[in-house]
Amino acid sequence: MEPLDQDLDESELELPTEPMLLNVGPAHPAMHGTVRIVMELSGEIIERCDVQVGYLHRGFEKMCERGTWTQVFPYVDRCNYVSPMLNNVGFALAGEKMLGITVPERCQWYRMILGELARMSDHLTCDGAMAMELGAFTPFLWMIKCREMLWEIMEEETGARLTHSFGRIGGMAAPPTDGFKEHVKAVVKHILSVLDEVERLLLGNRIFLDRLENVGIISAEDAISLGWTGPCLRAAGVPYDVRKAHPYLKYGEVDFDVPVGSTSDSFDRFMVRIAEMRQSARIIDQCVARMPDTGPVNVDDPRVILPPKEEVYNTIEGTIQHFKIVMEGLKLPAGEVYSYTEAGNGELGFYLVSDGSGTPHRVRIRPPCFLVTAGLERVITGQMMADVVPSFGSLNMIGGECDR
Amino acid sequence: MSQALIELVKKNFPAAVLETHSQLGDETIVLAPESWQEVCRFLKENPQSDMNMLTDLTAVDFPSREPRFEVVAHFYSLTRGHRLRLKARVGDRDGETVELGTLTDLWGSANWLERECFDMMGVKFIGHPDLRRILLYPEFEGHPLRKDYPAEKIQPLLQYRDEPNIEKVAPFGVDEGMSFGRQTHKVGIYTDEDGDSGARRKVISPADN
Repeated sequence: MEPLDQDLDESELELPTEPMLLNVGPAHPAMHGTVRIVMELSGEIIERCDVQVGYLHRGFEKMCERGTWTQVFPYVDRCNYVSPMLNNVGFALAGEKMLGITVPERCQWYRMILGELARMSDHLTCDGAMAMELGAFTPFLWMIKCREMLWEIMEEETGARLTHSFGRIGGMAAPPTDGFKEHVKAVVKHILSVLDEVERLLLGNRIFLDRLENVGIISAEDAISLGWTGPCLRAAGVPYDVRKAHPYLKYGEVDFDVPVGSTSDSFDRFMVRIAEMRQSARIIDQCVARMPDTGPVNVDDPRVILPPKEEVYNTIEGTIQHFKIVMEGLKLPAGEVYSYTEAGNGELGFYLVSDGSGTPHRVRIRPPCFLVTAGLERVITGQMMADVVPSFGSLNMIGGECDR
Repeated sequence: MSQALIELVKKNFPAAVLETHSQLGDETIVLAPESWQEVCRFLKENPQSDMNMLTDLTAVDFPSREPRFEVVAHFYSLTRGHRLRLKARVGDRDGETVELGTLTDLWGSANWLERECFDMMGVKFIGHPDLRRILLYPEFEGHPLRKDYPAEKIQPLLQYRDEPNIEKVAPFGVDEGMSFGRQTHKVGIYTDEDGDSGARRKVISPADN
């Protein structure tokens, strides 16, 4: 049979050349349900795009101004629903910086262990989801199973799997449980073995490498100018880690490395997270070895810490102290503070303004994700449309933190 | 360490520095709003400060003060490892003209941070290439992080949007709306009848004026 177009001269064909507009999200599963990208496509190449966030905005900063300082903790929990413990500790440190108090040594180690476990859960989720979005479902299930083990530790310690609300200004809500160290050791050992397996499964996979290598590149200068921090900045070769550069808690006393990438592509961001989980395991090992089994967890300061229950019920001083902290809230001195910690996605800053009362005047959360997502436009412009999903996945945007 | 930064700015811009403090180790300079861009450019380009990262930019509302808003920016230098907080006090008591120069041509992060600051606080950044709401939707009335925005306030229900500009991608011109039919927002004006007491608040839409 003759081909249908045999007598059509090519110059007569009218090929449409105008750019095509494509809307992705917010309901698209790869957009986490919270981000919308409007793209102008020329063929399959993204010529221009507009990233729109805000679909998960819940007005946390406004709500923080209505309660006491302690009542901020549930909100910071819900900002990052993958590693809430890091946000808890970050906010507690900001309040403590303002009050000029330092928590006891046992609490500092405890916070570090819980924080590093949360960081592992953050990175497991991101890397697992990246693999899943490229069609590799097995590593995702393995990694989410590992995350489940981490959340079991959290549940045992805090009573909640996800929204712990466990931090307090001046300490933690409860001391470590009896079997905490053994439980942590066993789980971390298992996670390290799963990481090895995941690497064996993915890093020899042609499809996985082709989809990630040399895709979603951003220069180090651009990343710095955009205010990127955390694994995404380190993948661009800039070794900035708050834990190393400005150590808080006991990070100055433990031994760990800051992994950096070289080409700043999606693959580097994947690998930096894998390497960071191994570093977290190193940190946890040292913390478990050095955390004392006995001793106070909270500071001995009746202005900030609730008295023990038997004192509340049996002594008038305890009752009054309890009443004042619960009803009026603990009081931070008037002034302002910017406190920053290394969260799962980078520098998590809290800028607090206090007027000296028990209610915050302003709680500003500096979310690492917000600025990383701001760079998405620069990352995907000029890329193929199909590369949006792995590039966006490698940035690990957490909707709750980005939109607050 | 960064005390030297305050001295550096004071030496080069004696008229621009209104106030300084180092509360809790956070070095802070309050700048005259008109020299905001100039000093920021200096801090970025001077090798002694080398502020290559604008980590955060936000605003704080002090309803009883004049000027009412404090725009607060936090800078960090990756090469030198020091931080600095800059502030500019802008805006009148009723919060209608709150303006400050943009930093978008110096740091890429300023784009979204200033958009958020505009969205939440209503600070207009002069010279920003694409100053539209970022976390809220275009039809939202008012700026929610202002102290005179009641937390219980309910926004009007919206009609479905029509789609006049379906073929455009941001940034838009003034009257062009957002892509897929989003329209430019109206800026609501708020009055506080009892001064700062916060007892009764009335919302006036632009149409009532």
